[in-house]
Amino acid sequence: MATSYNTMEMMISAASRLLEDGKSVAVGTGAPCAAAMLAQKTHAPNLVILFEAGGVAPLLPEMPISVGDSRTFFHGIMATGMGEIMSTCCRGLVDYAFLGGAQIDKYGNINSTCIGDYRKPKVRFPGSGGANDFASFCWRTLMLTVHNARRFVNKVDFITSPGYLTGPGERERAGLPAGSGPYKIVTDLAVLGFDAETKEMKLESLMPGVTVEEVKENTEFGLLIPESVPEVEEASGEELRVLREEVDPHRYIIGR
Amino acid sequence: MKAVDQGVGSLFSDPDPDKARAFFAGKRRDMVDKRTTVVEAVREFVHDGSYLAIGGFGANRIPTAVLHEIVRQGKKNLSFAGHTSTHDFQILVAGNCIKRVDVAYIIGLEARGLSPNARRVMESGEVEVCEWTNYAMCVRLRAAADGLSFGIARNLLGTDTFRYSAGQVIACPFTGKKFAALPALWPDVAVIHVHESDIFGNSRIKGITIADDVLARAAKHVIITTERLVTNQEIRRDPTATVIPFYLVDGVIEVPYGSYPGNMAYEYFSDEEHLQQWLEAETNMETFRAFLDKYLYGVKDFDEYLSLCGGLSRLKELRAEEVCADRI
Repeated sequence: MATSYNTMEMMISAASRLLEDGKSVAVGTGAPCAAAMLAQKTHAPNLVILFEAGGVAPLLPEMPISVGDSRTFFHGIMATGMGEIMSTCCRGLVDYAFLGGAQIDKYGNINSTCIGDYRKPKVRFPGSGGANDFASFCWRTLMLTVHNARRFVNKVDFITSPGYLTGPGERERAGLPAGSGPYKIVTDLAVLGFDAETKEMKLESLMPGVTVEEVKENTEFGLLIPESVPEVEEASGEELRVLREEVDPHRYIIGR
Repeated sequence: MKAVDQGVGSLFSDPDPDKARAFFAGKRRDMVDKRTTVVEAVREFVHDGSYLAIGGFGANRIPTAVLHEIVRQGKKNLSFAGHTSTHDFQILVAGNCIKRVDVAYIIGLEARGLSPNARRVMESGEVEVCEWTNYAMCVRLRAAADGLSFGIARNLLGTDTFRYSAGQVIACPFTGKKFAALPALWPDVAVIHVHESDIFGNSRIKGITIADDVLARAAKHVIITTERLVTNQEIRRDPTATVIPFYLVDGVIEVPYGSYPGNMAYEYFSDEEHLQQWLEAETNMETFRAFLDKYLYGVKDFDEYLSLCGGLSRLKELRAEEVCADRI
């Protein structure tokens, strides 16, 4: 009865369900963009999509390759600049942002800067880009990522973008806007959230066919695990149709 | 205002607004024909040890001809604004031009992957770095554009990005809330590729300006490369469309397809195949040297580079791929 789907399609579908109608989201390229587009074409027709380089609410013809390429403002409602998009986020008008990175810890702090010593790193990554800005300003941040113990680590080598820092109240103490912070992480194994009290990452639901054990094995730190963990609802026929026919017909992302 | 906390990064430029004012007081305001050539503009405005900033966004609306020429002229020891700097960073690093970077985003070419050569250079420890974010760099340029010594924002707080920046945390004198104080940045030279400019430098950008509005205002010298020259009369026909006024500009060069292999909104899409070739060539130092000899050092100018990359027939394909051109 259920149509078959691949891991990427399942992740994008799961992520798209988290974006509520009538909200605004800042996206990057790739799977987060696909998730936002899928949300818009299914349950969230009024979702406002923003790109950090200045594109607002484009009628996306194809997946952008860069958050600054012309697809990001194709038939958009406004083509502006980075300052305008970021100030909109800082003013409290942007509900969600998708982030990426090489490492994440139990408080949702993300590393996209380096592994090893900052001045002579073992591995140097691109750096924050707009990630630290979004993580500081947007109400809720999300991540779409593969789940393994090299990524989900006890301690990130470098905090590029702020999650809950070292625990409850620390974001506010640092000066970050109260009430903002990491919200959900969608991986190939699970959907994770953050405990309201302790701000630690917790398992919320399992991807179809995945066990709690597998999630634990792929997470270096102690993940909070509830008594019973529901399974994420499989990608529906409608979600897959929209994804395959309208969002990513060339399979740039779902074909990976 | 005493600092609550301070980053350990180095300042690569002086945030003193009165020094900046003294400079701008002397910048010429008369409307003169500023047309020059790529070779002359680089010779005159990009000096060893300068602070260079490039407009656009990585592989979108970048002044490729000037970037290649900076490498060909062997400019060295540059301080650089890594303000989402992707293919432009690749080019300058290939030429060993950069000594210091204010990093918001470098090395990666977004969805395409990381530049092996840029990564190698940045892991060598030979390039001095100071860490920022995209918006932090906007705020620094905005402060400079506004004639101030610093701008403030609510980003960076609590992170290692802050720790390795040259920012400070300050308390608001009105509310006591904490903010990041970000030092003003006046680049010595900015190079920006635009859609239209007249011979005086009055420039138009279609689509997203990204950060080029503040960049053009913060930079001490501005070189404009333009897809096409238009008359001053045309500029005056629609004053709303002017993004960069002539009195900010020092040199104008008409460079059709000047953003190739990057995207130029409304004109042509990026040449993803060529960008892939760059990334592949970089995986091996020998093949990369041969690649650079062919495409950069061995060509006499940008037009010859375009020919090597497929010339008009390739450009026609890229024109057809550009969705915003809305041709059909």
